[in-house]
Amino acid sequence: MTVAATEALGRSGFRSPAFARLLRALLPALSLTLILIAIAYLNPRAISYFGFSLMLNLAIPIALATIAQMFVITVNELDLSIGTFVGFVACVTATWLRDAPLVGILVLLGSIGVYAALGALIHLRNLPSIVVTLGMSFVWQGLAILLLPKPGGKAPEWLLGLMSLKPPLVPFPILAAIVIALVVHFGLMRTSYGAVLRGTGGNAQAVQRAGWSILRTKVTMFALTGLFGVLSGMALVGITTSADANLGNGYTLLAIAGVILGGGEFVGGRVSPIGAVLGALTLALAASPLLTFMRIPPDWQVAANGAILIIVLAARALISRRESDR
Amino acid sequence: MIVIRALLARPWIWSFIGALFVWLAAITFTGGYGAGGMITAALSLAVFMVIVGIGQMFVITLGPGNVDLSLPANIGLASAVAMKVMGGSDSMILVGLVAALASGMAVGMANYLLIRALRIPPIIATLSSSFIVHSIDIAYGRGLQIKPPPAFADFTNIQFFGIPILAICGVVFAFIAGIALQRMIYGRSVLAIGQNMRAAWLAGIPVERVRFLTYTLSGALGGINGALLAGYFRGASVDIGNEYLLSSIAVVVIGGTSVAGGKANVPGIWGAALFLVLLLTMLNTFGVSAGVRLLLTGLIIVGVITAAGGQKAMR
Repeated sequence: MTVAATEALGRSGFRSPAFARLLRALLPALSLTLILIAIAYLNPRAISYFGFSLMLNLAIPIALATIAQMFVITVNELDLSIGTFVGFVACVTATWLRDAPLVGILVLLGSIGVYAALGALIHLRNLPSIVVTLGMSFVWQGLAILLLPKPGGKAPEWLLGLMSLKPPLVPFPILAAIVIALVVHFGLMRTSYGAVLRGTGGNAQAVQRAGWSILRTKVTMFALTGLFGVLSGMALVGITTSADANLGNGYTLLAIAGVILGGGEFVGGRVSPIGAVLGALTLALAASPLLTFMRIPPDWQVAANGAILIIVLAARALISRRESDR
Repeated sequence: MIVIRALLARPWIWSFIGALFVWLAAITFTGGYGAGGMITAALSLAVFMVIVGIGQMFVITLGPGNVDLSLPANIGLASAVAMKVMGGSDSMILVGLVAALASGMAVGMANYLLIRALRIPPIIATLSSSFIVHSIDIAYGRGLQIKPPPAFADFTNIQFFGIPILAICGVVFAFIAGIALQRMIYGRSVLAIGQNMRAAWLAGIPVERVRFLTYTLSGALGGINGALLAGYFRGASVDIGNEYLLSSIAVVVIGGTSVAGGKANVPGIWGAALFLVLLLTMLNTFGVSAGVRLLLTGLIIVGVITAAGGQKAMR
């Protein structure tokens, strides 16, 4: 795609729609680069193996939660419960998965099953996913509080070991982000069933006429959301070492923001896994390391996320306007 | 018999039946003790849901994708603004209310500006503005320990024969909102836009002006709600509006308004708000733990939505 875009660029110059499209595809990477340059300028020592391991510490669970949210957004739904779900998974991981691995695994698999069932329910009864998942966010939080009324528990040893890996040359969070992005990119963007899954968001009727079951695609996407939610919760506990029922609450909005930052659209099945991971990294970096280096008090961290979101969307609106000028 | 059948045909009646059922379950458990007090408490809490619910209803009725996610942050900021401006003195109550209203309207206008100027979907626009408003609130309201003026706190707690005066105001307000929705050009325009935005535009309805008014209205109601909540709970806090993200959307949907837009229902919002508040009261009287309460609330909301079902998806 990049090669084709570059060729088009060669033909028609910088004011062409093709250039706008290229710019639009590169926007997530561009925002991340800008943030990195700002950090490098403010604190050159942060740009090192150790600095990245530290700054991107929490990026893995955020990236996983963002990918989870991306799956539901692909089929034109929205999951407002992913944050509390991540918290619930964290509690299960820090208690049952450690003390009684078999029970823990069954519970986590069961929760993925609940997600799949929600997908079926939302599709069959034609329910607004926003309301259903808002309701579910209470369910997950309630379960998490029942399981772990006070912060505590402990992550299983193997998980702690995995999350504190120190691979040579490339810091673990960056390696993990690349693996996540490539695996999901291949599955969703490069396989034929991936195209069907995205098609459900683009034109469900056409996909159905072509003989595919919409019920099945929706259930698949919700199950994938559950799966990546589970991975996110486990990764989170692997980093924080103990759990708390409110651990993941901020992730719901962060994940939506990450998907949109990464070039995803709310409707039409237009998403980008690589973009989503880049968006998550941007948010993870912008949230605290950048602000710390700029000596901005933590009060304004949330605002920084909102501002970045607005700036990137404004840039995208400008580019899209040019894209439609043909 | 005819009256009953006519009533049952109304979509909003079910939320009232649900509220009645939950209330009966609660007083059966207590053996009739505290039946009246329960209604008084439910009315005083439900009115806050009704105020933001009506704003949310107009927004949701604008059509798929329209929803105001900035209400919790908006309410939090307005509560701090109101308390700071009032400064605990009775003479400043009105000024404080106007300040809270202005703060809410500013948030609503900012939302619309993001939607219009940047062409951001309303969900993400109100979401990003809520991030910023939330931060402003944290910075502005840090360590705010100002109590509401005594007269204002009293006003939010006064009762006539067990009926809180705020609830009476809430009913009057809902009545006006119902007329605005069904009988005034503004409301009919909102409904028309929700049914088909392009058709509404072709029919000469000033679509963008109506959308602007609707988001500003929702913001303004959030602002007023913040001031009233601060009076009722005797102080502002950053988290004071948190529960209104879910409840404002839930009362609209349970109350019989279509999430696909173009079909709204005001009386149902009162029924749904009473239902939700009484549900929490019932779970409290049963003495269940916080975890079980959250779990059951969530399950019942999902259950009610599933039973009501059959509407088109939100986006």
